[in-house]
Amino acid sequence: MKNSTISDALLVSDYMKGNESALSNLITRHKQRIYSFIYSKVYDRDVAEDIFQDTFIKVIKTLKKGAYNEEGKFLPWVMRIAHNLVIDHFRKNNRMPKFENNDDFNIFSVLSDGALNAEKQLVKEQVEKDVRRLIEELPLDQKEVLMMRMYKEMSFKEISEQTGVSINTALGRMRYALINLRKVIDKHNIILTN
Amino acid sequence: MYSETSRRDRVNQNLIPKEETVKFLLNYSKALSVIDYNKMKFEALLN
Repeated sequence: MKNSTISDALLVSDYMKGNESALSNLITRHKQRIYSFIYSKVYDRDVAEDIFQDTFIKVIKTLKKGAYNEEGKFLPWVMRIAHNLVIDHFRKNNRMPKFENNDDFNIFSVLSDGALNAEKQLVKEQVEKDVRRLIEELPLDQKEVLMMRMYKEMSFKEISEQTGVSINTALGRMRYALINLRKVIDKHNIILTN
Repeated sequence: MYSETSRRDRVNQNLIPKEETVKFLLNYSKALSVIDYNKMKFEALLN
């Protein structure tokens, strides 16, 4: 019997019974239609090739598992699988848009990692250490207010309550603490930068 | 003069997948074995 006279349903049935050449006949019979359909959506030969392959991998798995139940509607079934895979392809591409760098635009000029790199992290730690050492040189009352305000994030009301001085005095001590820190920094040409 | 073929014309060409793709599928099919075990189906690829 000529291949063209055998129905899809019979070829599917033969294949499910273990006749591998039936699959070859089915692919040969429908490859152009399925591949053209895929290509008409994606307009890329390589992508079309991948989707065609994935389509038939699904077909093969379904048939081998005996899960196919659309007898007589083989082509529409395969086309539906291909259609779904095309949709998956576009969904995937929308989620992960491709950027190609060129002379006018480089994606890394607009994308950056918020985390400090190793060098910046080291500098930051050094600056923090230097500031701590400078604070240690302040008179005790000023140091106390500055520590409460900057490191414990206390309000001046809370500082005044804890130290037993008025808010104005706490503010004054903070002011002098900052003035004295600046003086020491200027005097010794200390560069605090990050 | 603008003479590029339209999208539809390009799609209407006799487009078929590469022979190696079809070969891969046929070999994949031959290698794939589905094993039934306790109402469960396992796929095994045999080389």
